[in-house]
Amino acid sequence: MTDQPAIELVGIDKKFGAVHANKNINLTVAKGSIHGIIGENGAGKSTLMSILYGFYQADSGEIRINGKPVNIKDSQTAINAGIGMVHQHFMLVENFTVLENIMLGAEGGALLAKGVASARAELKRLETDYGLDVDPDAVIEELAVGLQQRVEILKAMYRGAEILILDEPTGVLTPSEADHLFKILGVLRDQGKTVILITHKLREIMAITDTVSVMRRGEMVATRKTKETSVEELAELMVGRRVLLRVEKGEASPGDVVLSVRNLTVKDNRGVTMVDNVSFDVRAGEIVGIAGVAGNGQSELLEALSGIRQPSSGEILIDGQPIGRASPARLRELGLAHIPEDRHHMGLVLKFEEYENAVLGYHRDPKYGRGFMLDLDAMQADATEKIEKYDIRPPNPRLKTANFSGGNQQKIVVAREIERDPRILLIGQPTRGVDIGAIEFIHRRIIDMRDQGKALLLVSVELDEIRALSDRILVMFAGHIVGEKTAEAGEQTLGLMMAGIAA
Amino acid sequence: MDYIDILISILGSTIRLSIPLIFTALAGLFSERSGIFDIGLEGKMLASAFAAACVAYLTGNAWAGLLAGIATSVALSLVHGFASITNRGNQIVSGVAINFGAAGLTIVLGQAWFGQGGRTPQLTADGRFGEIRFPFAAELRDSGYLGKFYADVISGHNILTYMAFAAVPISWWILYRTRFGLRLRAVGENPGAVDTAGISVSWLRYRAVICAGILCGFSGTYLAIAQSAAFIKDMSAGKGYIALAALIFAKWKPVPVMFACLLFGFLDAFANFMQGKSVPGIGEVPVQIFQALPYVLTCILLAGFIGVAHPPKAGGVPYTKER
Repeated sequence: MTDQPAIELVGIDKKFGAVHANKNINLTVAKGSIHGIIGENGAGKSTLMSILYGFYQADSGEIRINGKPVNIKDSQTAINAGIGMVHQHFMLVENFTVLENIMLGAEGGALLAKGVASARAELKRLETDYGLDVDPDAVIEELAVGLQQRVEILKAMYRGAEILILDEPTGVLTPSEADHLFKILGVLRDQGKTVILITHKLREIMAITDTVSVMRRGEMVATRKTKETSVEELAELMVGRRVLLRVEKGEASPGDVVLSVRNLTVKDNRGVTMVDNVSFDVRAGEIVGIAGVAGNGQSELLEALSGIRQPSSGEILIDGQPIGRASPARLRELGLAHIPEDRHHMGLVLKFEEYENAVLGYHRDPKYGRGFMLDLDAMQADATEKIEKYDIRPPNPRLKTANFSGGNQQKIVVAREIERDPRILLIGQPTRGVDIGAIEFIHRRIIDMRDQGKALLLVSVELDEIRALSDRILVMFAGHIVGEKTAEAGEQTLGLMMAGIAA
Repeated sequence: MDYIDILISILGSTIRLSIPLIFTALAGLFSERSGIFDIGLEGKMLASAFAAACVAYLTGNAWAGLLAGIATSVALSLVHGFASITNRGNQIVSGVAINFGAAGLTIVLGQAWFGQGGRTPQLTADGRFGEIRFPFAAELRDSGYLGKFYADVISGHNILTYMAFAAVPISWWILYRTRFGLRLRAVGENPGAVDTAGISVSWLRYRAVICAGILCGFSGTYLAIAQSAAFIKDMSAGKGYIALAALIFAKWKPVPVMFACLLFGFLDAFANFMQGKSVPGIGEVPVQIFQALPYVLTCILLAGFIGVAHPPKAGGVPYTKER
């Protein structure tokens, strides 16, 4: 019995219309291990796990739990079979307490009163056994993201999960929160639980897993012992070709100051000061990276610089001239372009066709039409050109933008902003939710811009990305710039600064 | 008449006018807390009023009328559920369709069956819910203000009135003390959380709209065979919308819903009282001013002057599983 693997997937196949999401997948997960599943976005990892959790039914194939075939027809059967899942987007009711969220679906009777007492006792036990401490009476929306995730893990454990699936768990966590999560996963493994970790971050796989399986385009292409593989091999298996993980770049040759910020203070919509008396310069031909944990004022800084949000005090100067209350359109005329942090909310209109997004914001350009009318042919010709140059797939300017993958959507935005040939480029989270292959491409374009003598300001929560691209790194914490470093400063030094501990 | 007598008489009619609002707003509460917007409250109320009046006339039994009212309203709720839960249609469009359908059908059927211009025949006492006189009400009426309050505000209403006030704590208890209530509140905020917990989102929402249907059945029945003695065309007269306003005003919580309905009922009663009377220094105030007040107050609330009203987060959004 103990020798049986926790999970066996045999010949799992799933199609969504024309999309073949999972092709004849075989997978064996040993009991009491941490098994990583890695692959690019759209490789079919999430679909496979959704099948295991009963969100979808496989078209064919068999699932065996502890050696016994199980027909998982809905999430309830999966839970009963001892499977728990922590979703990428948390499945929590935000205005409920921790306790209510944990009890939901496992209330222990038609009336709540009885279940509450036993749930409290069980939470206490989980806390001592696994070190999963969280206040049961706290309201979810007031908890930090790391704690919310812990509630998700608790939810699964409360239902008696023996197998825990985590879908991209570190995407929203700070480095130290991620480390803490890994510690918890280690404890779970030591207690005999089985953990499946879905991710596209190679570093995490190397750090925590025992075994790793690689998916590519709906197929399971390889399974390796983590000790016997390398980051390079995994990357190659994921993408299907050799990938440069390090960004090749030469020395920067900074020129004149193009963009300066003087004593800038910016408030958010609630009136809370998010950027507090910040000053810095960006020179032509250099990339200045702003490192920091999400929510420390980087977003508001970018919004102020791009003219979307009015600063409450301080100055922004382009070529030494204060821009005052210039509109985003006026800033574009001054040669400033902006790749926004969130392509869905700010960068694109997902319901538009690709070519419409490819000119969005520059639609007043006489190139795309005169007076009242748009020149659709010119717009489409222009979009087609960008599609070719940036290898956007599928290469169809008439396709609805929502139907492109995350990486290709991002390329649409990057192409639109870079191809305007701006003098200043503000870049927010350029590779969030983007495949390794596309990341390589986007990074290359950013370096090219620098080498052409443009001034670039890069904001990213991925410390690796900041270190790989930036010539100078400014660390932001609680609205302040707490220090300036170069990429030579180690991850640990920067991490401490990001946490506000060291300067 | 001295002022306290006037006040007591206004309070008595406040209660009578608030009852349909309380039932209907609680109906909306169940539906909307589960994430299904229900603009069709008005139509359900009207249709159940018509059904209750017809059946009460045919059987001579008020309780049979109530059952018919509830059945009709639940049937319309299921139509709304089928459109917006099963087929993921637009909830506002479905609700408006129910309102139009009910407004038209009740008149057409009423005319076809009874030939009285959309009215149903006048009911006798048996077909109605009569007044319940509490012990000693008559004796205490003349014993001072407290006695008068007892006789005219507390006593002397029909059984549905007392049921409406009972429905408030019962709704609260269901929502906050039972498994069903926990799940219902959860599904209106994040149906994904409910789905991943292994609970059917559709079935849960269907049960919520059925609850709404039952409560709306009570309010329609009240209008036709408790407050009046027949169905009159368009007799709901926008009460469904006022109830919706009360629901928002009360921020989707059961006990505040009762107070909001009482406030709106009071405004209505006050408007009736002020009809034809002149206010010192101003003259006669058009009754429409008072009738508009519930909406005005709700607008002020929505504009954020009296705190922010947070509707259920998943309200109005059909649930589809994400990949």
